[in-house]
Amino acid sequence: MRAALACLALAACLLAARTGAEEVVLGLSKDKVAITATFEGSEILVFGAVKREVPIPEEPLDVIVAVAGPDKPLIVRRKERRFGIWVNIDAVEIDAAPSFYAVATTGPFDQVLSNVEDLRHRVSIPQAIRSVGAPATVGDAQAFTDAVIRIRKGNGAYKVEEGAVSLDEQTLFRASISMPANLTEGVYATRIFLTRGGEVVATYQTSIDVRKVGLERWLFNMSREQPLLYGLMSLAIAIAAGWGASAAFRVLRQN
Amino acid sequence: MLIYLPIAEVSVNAFLLLGLGGLVGVLSGMFGVGGGFLMTPLLFFIGIPPAVAVATEANQIVASSFSGVLAHVRRKTVDFTMGTVLLVGGLIGAAVGVVIFNYLKSMGQVDLLVRLCYVVFLGVIGGMMFVESLRAIRNTRSGKPPKRKKHNWIHGLPLKMRFRTSGLYISVIPPVLVGVAVGILAAIMGVGGGFIMVPAMIYLLGMPTKVVVGTSLFQIIFVTAFTTLLHATTNFTVDIVLAVLLLVGGVIGAQIGTSIGTRMKAEQLRILLAIMVLAVCAKLALDLLLTPSEIYSIGNAGGH
Repeated sequence: MRAALACLALAACLLAARTGAEEVVLGLSKDKVAITATFEGSEILVFGAVKREVPIPEEPLDVIVAVAGPDKPLIVRRKERRFGIWVNIDAVEIDAAPSFYAVATTGPFDQVLSNVEDLRHRVSIPQAIRSVGAPATVGDAQAFTDAVIRIRKGNGAYKVEEGAVSLDEQTLFRASISMPANLTEGVYATRIFLTRGGEVVATYQTSIDVRKVGLERWLFNMSREQPLLYGLMSLAIAIAAGWGASAAFRVLRQN
Repeated sequence: MLIYLPIAEVSVNAFLLLGLGGLVGVLSGMFGVGGGFLMTPLLFFIGIPPAVAVATEANQIVASSFSGVLAHVRRKTVDFTMGTVLLVGGLIGAAVGVVIFNYLKSMGQVDLLVRLCYVVFLGVIGGMMFVESLRAIRNTRSGKPPKRKKHNWIHGLPLKMRFRTSGLYISVIPPVLVGVAVGILAAIMGVGGGFIMVPAMIYLLGMPTKVVVGTSLFQIIFVTAFTTLLHATTNFTVDIVLAVLLLVGGVIGAQIGTSIGTRMKAEQLRILLAIMVLAVCAKLALDLLLTPSEIYSIGNAGGH
């Protein structure tokens, strides 16, 4: 009887995987982040539920939340000692690396997602960085990609938070993603993966829009659209401040 | 209080920047240097992208130099004639320097060459100044009269001009050449050049130390204003919010620095400057010699 049930459950599970019977219903505490002059970072609550038309399969469900900032090309340089001094010798161009990347999971990453699925969906941090065509003079291109990950993990731009997604009754999940104060503008792709035994059973994709607003927006636009005026304005402010301080000190000294 | 910088795209502590600006402003008012040599590494350290740091600092130096010059004008310690001659040389030098810089860049390793030049230059200049001012201080202590200025080959050159404030009657050729040399170095190294200009004016042109500071600041204003405009229009890297935070501290610091400077003896001022030059030189040398904690660095592709 029990074996039969298990068989049924397995069948249901396979069926679910094939037809996508489990679906993500998602909510974000905010889908826009406004960068103002006093922006101090942002906390985004990602919450949702699993909608399903079949009984809950026996194999436990896991959830992965991945938030990625806009991709940018990079140059990574490596120093070496030559004639007693440290000099940049090798450089590798990374085609695209996200400016921000956070992965939150319900459990240890390698148990939640298999390698094959990681390769397919590009979820882990090394998979999120694309690098092709390192120069032939550099034998160990992977070391350069590792360095990017190490440096960016160090300053909080990249992070893996295992166990940061909480899951109730295999249905309700939520995770809080904290974004640092030095965010780059752009569209932050947010992906949710439901997995069972390391296999992805459902995905959902949305985006968070990060934009400068107010004064920040105005200054940024001006520096790009009217660079000469912007430069002259900078100089005018500098001259005015220099004169102001001088005048103020003269008054102070006379009193 | 954290402030988000629109161009640098990082968040920084406003009070930290006010303090940094003030510190560099004091040095600027005292010694007649722009202070870029000190500010650049400090800004890198707090996470400002290098290209933004260099461009924005030029704008801040305009403010603190202007503040300093006004203080010196009140004390009549700015030689406008000399400043203009140096400036003309400086602009020619900067134009030549940009060409040399681009040539070196096409050959690669420009970064290393700049650093090596810098270490050698600062080491030699700082060392010479230190020895000279130490001797001057010892002489005044023991009561020996200061040596009269030597009459050397510089005084034999044609095109003589009178520089009243400095009390000099010399050919314009040496000041123009000094201007050109400093302009070239400034363009290659990306600094204002006050560090090389000040010792050159004291030792090569024989100007009085007090006048040197104001005159150096006078010509730095123009060089850095030009640099600011260049960066704003070609690289879009001047961050006005960062500049304002730095220059508020900078202009106040420059006033304080000037009044400290006028209360000190010329040789004391020179020896302090020498010590500072040597400290910067030592720091740069150590960066080259010591094993870095991270041998990899990330740069923007296509940028600087």
